[in-house]
Amino acid sequence: MNEIPLSYSLGLSAILFGIGVAGVIVRRNAIVLFMCVELMLNAVNLAFVALSPYAGVEGQVFVFFVIAVAAAEAAVGLAIMIAVFRHRESVDMKNFSLLRW
Amino acid sequence: MLLLQEAAHGAAALAEGNGFTPVLPWLIVGLPLLGFVLNGLLSVTAARRALPTLPPVGDPYYDHAHDDHGHAAAAPAHALAPAHAHAAVGAGEPSEQESLDHGVDAHPVDRAAARDEAHDAHGHDVHDAHAHDVHDAHDDHAAGGPKPFTHTLPSLIAPGVLIGSFVLAVLNFLAMKNAGEGARLAIAEGWSWMPVGNLHVDAALQLDPLSILMTLIITGVGSLIHVFSIGYMKEDPGYPRYMAYLNLFVFFMLMLVLGSSYPVMFVGWEGVGLCSYLLIGFWFREKANADAGKKAFIVNRIGDFGFLVAMMLLFWNVGALDFATVNQTLLAGGSGVEFAGPVITAIALFFFLGAAGKSAQIPLYIWLPDAMAGPTPVSALIHAATMVTAGVYLVVRSSVIYTMAPSASLVVALVGALTAIFAASIGLKQWDIKKVLAYSTVSQLGFMFAAVGMGAYVAGVFHLMTHAFFKACLFLGSGAVIHAMHHALHSTHNPADAQDMRNMGGLRKYLPVTFLTMGVSTLAIAGVPPFAGFFSKDEIIGAAWLGAEGSSHLSGATLFGIHGSTWMGVIGVILSIAAFMTAFYMGRMMLYTFFGDNRTGDQERKHLHEGDWTLTLPLIVLGILAVVGGFLNVETHVPIVQLFNFGQGEALHHWLHPVLAGSDDVIAQNVGRLEEPVHALWPIALAIVIGLGGLALAAAMLGRRRLQTAEVQPAYQGGVEKTLYNKWYVDELYDRVVVKPVGGLSRLFARFDMGVLDWIVDLFGRLAQMFGIAFGRLQTGQVNTYAFVLIVGVLIVLGSFVAL
Repeated sequence: MNEIPLSYSLGLSAILFGIGVAGVIVRRNAIVLFMCVELMLNAVNLAFVALSPYAGVEGQVFVFFVIAVAAAEAAVGLAIMIAVFRHRESVDMKNFSLLRW
Repeated sequence: MLLLQEAAHGAAALAEGNGFTPVLPWLIVGLPLLGFVLNGLLSVTAARRALPTLPPVGDPYYDHAHDDHGHAAAAPAHALAPAHAHAAVGAGEPSEQESLDHGVDAHPVDRAAARDEAHDAHGHDVHDAHAHDVHDAHDDHAAGGPKPFTHTLPSLIAPGVLIGSFVLAVLNFLAMKNAGEGARLAIAEGWSWMPVGNLHVDAALQLDPLSILMTLIITGVGSLIHVFSIGYMKEDPGYPRYMAYLNLFVFFMLMLVLGSSYPVMFVGWEGVGLCSYLLIGFWFREKANADAGKKAFIVNRIGDFGFLVAMMLLFWNVGALDFATVNQTLLAGGSGVEFAGPVITAIALFFFLGAAGKSAQIPLYIWLPDAMAGPTPVSALIHAATMVTAGVYLVVRSSVIYTMAPSASLVVALVGALTAIFAASIGLKQWDIKKVLAYSTVSQLGFMFAAVGMGAYVAGVFHLMTHAFFKACLFLGSGAVIHAMHHALHSTHNPADAQDMRNMGGLRKYLPVTFLTMGVSTLAIAGVPPFAGFFSKDEIIGAAWLGAEGSSHLSGATLFGIHGSTWMGVIGVILSIAAFMTAFYMGRMMLYTFFGDNRTGDQERKHLHEGDWTLTLPLIVLGILAVVGGFLNVETHVPIVQLFNFGQGEALHHWLHPVLAGSDDVIAQNVGRLEEPVHALWPIALAIVIGLGGLALAAAMLGRRRLQTAEVQPAYQGGVEKTLYNKWYVDELYDRVVVKPVGGLSRLFARFDMGVLDWIVDLFGRLAQMFGIAFGRLQTGQVNTYAFVLIVGVLIVLGSFVAL
């Protein structure tokens, strides 16, 4: 049985990460932005898992941390977004430039 | 108890007859300091008690309380709404805040009535008070109730500490007198003050014949003036503050004369300057008084600069600053400082600059006449008897230095003589009784400097002492006159000047004690035998004549290429003319003040009367001293007055001999033996003629002149009188030559500061602002932009790692 080559896994990870970055930069909808951040985190997770046979099991341990942080982030971030939406009736990032000069 | 033990100890030392142990020397200076602290606390207390009682911050009941008078009576502290607070302050004790509050209120009677209402309304247990505006120190319209303790205790504390110091000084004097002549020196070590490298300055007191003599004068005359101050100042709102300053002054003055080194002396020197400033500007709400204080302070700073430079030169060249070591080193000649060399001359001249500032000599005399803005007892104590003689003391204390610098000594003598005649000429045409005395003081200080400059140190100290007696008496007498005049003019709200002699006249009927004591002192200062001033002034002028004949160590010295003996002859002539002028203007002052018809006014005349015992007693004591003070140092060769010689004669001369032995040694080393002076009788005859002649001329010229009041009588007639009245326009000259250019220069620098320096500083501020505005545009508020910038940054960093 052929193993999946490492380059495939890392390539997928890079593609996912690139999609995430592009989304964060380009998209205006806060929820989409949020999903793109999650996408970047999971791209990193994939890279960790794919490299663990070569670099040791610590990478897999780290993945759990990332998942935990992502979960916390999702909880806090969604709460903020609901609060913002109640004020603004919108989750468009264009409207959230209050801290500008 | 300690005092008694010490006294017993001192007495035991006396019995041995050779050693001298000082009796509690630090307590002499400590007592006035204690008086300052106590009076200062009382002054602060008085000021605090006079503050309006404000409601507690955030008191919710306050807004209701001041509408409701029933409630107000129950809770007075809360009841004092601002308008009421004012009245309640009026009902309080005499205070400086009060005088500030009432400064615009011109009717004391109304004020008293308003206060009575306040008194009844609140039912406080308050003292009815004399409310005075700044100059109404002697207002007795409002009936005096019991005074608060802040205004009674200073009357006990301030003279008390002074009398205590005087008693200690007398004990020390007796102990010293009983010691052998060689042993009359004691240094009371305090602590090491400045141990820096080679410089070791101890805070120590030096008790020797000169310093104990000065201490006796300061504490003795000072005690009398403190007693006089009670009567003169007790109605003033600032009474405790006044007494505190006066005590502080005495403390610093004692530090000045008792210090064992130049730095310790300098502490006292600066301290008395400070107290002089504080007391000249005592009634500082009037701008002229505050300005006078400032003028005195600033002019004195110029002199102090000289003192400092002299001290530094002395340390640099001699390596020590305490009197004993300096004198020893200079006498031993090991320091490389040559006799009559440039170094010693510079030191002597810079010290003289300091002395000229403190003792009001040309060119720095201008502050002393303005200093008359202070209370009159201050003029008597500080600006006649003690502080202004500090310069003379400095020269006598540095007699070794001055003897080693003959040309500098001649400069001192010449400046003194010129000051004497210059100030005397101004005194001829002043109308303000205190201004006459002020210029007289400058002139007499000139006599003292002429004496010490000519090497006649004993004559200078002798004149210092007799001058302290008769000039203090004259100033206090003028104070009594002003007190009576002010009282009389105030009784009818007459705005005339209480110090102008044109408003006086014929006062001898109303102020007999003042007239007698001032008359005696006038005879003394005019140089009429056998009063005190005759002997001291005769000794000074006599020294000039002897020097002109060649029997002084300065006769051989030269200044500007002219021989010392010639200079001394000139000085003798100048001093004789100045002495004649002195007799004339003093006679004029007495004539205008006490003789002729009274010009005060018909209503006012009824209120002219002598003050209470605190005003007359010091006058009487000082008057007696002005009569007998001269016998202390009667010269042995004067034929008639030999009758007055007690014991050996020239007692002061012998007393001061240990202090001046160093200067005699310098003369013996460098000049050689001086020929014994030939005492002629003509100088004495001349002195008598001058004294009596001046008074007689004044009587003949002015005795029948009928003056009008200051409103009618012009201040001067003709050009000469105008020039004299305007003090030779020296103030205007200084204004033109010094003050205006300095002002212009400061304005120039101000323009540079604001135009150039401030512009540069502002430039940096504006640059930061512009950067802020420019780069602030980057902050869009869009998270996406931030993320983009972040990622670009990460890529650049990573890319640079890869590229490297």
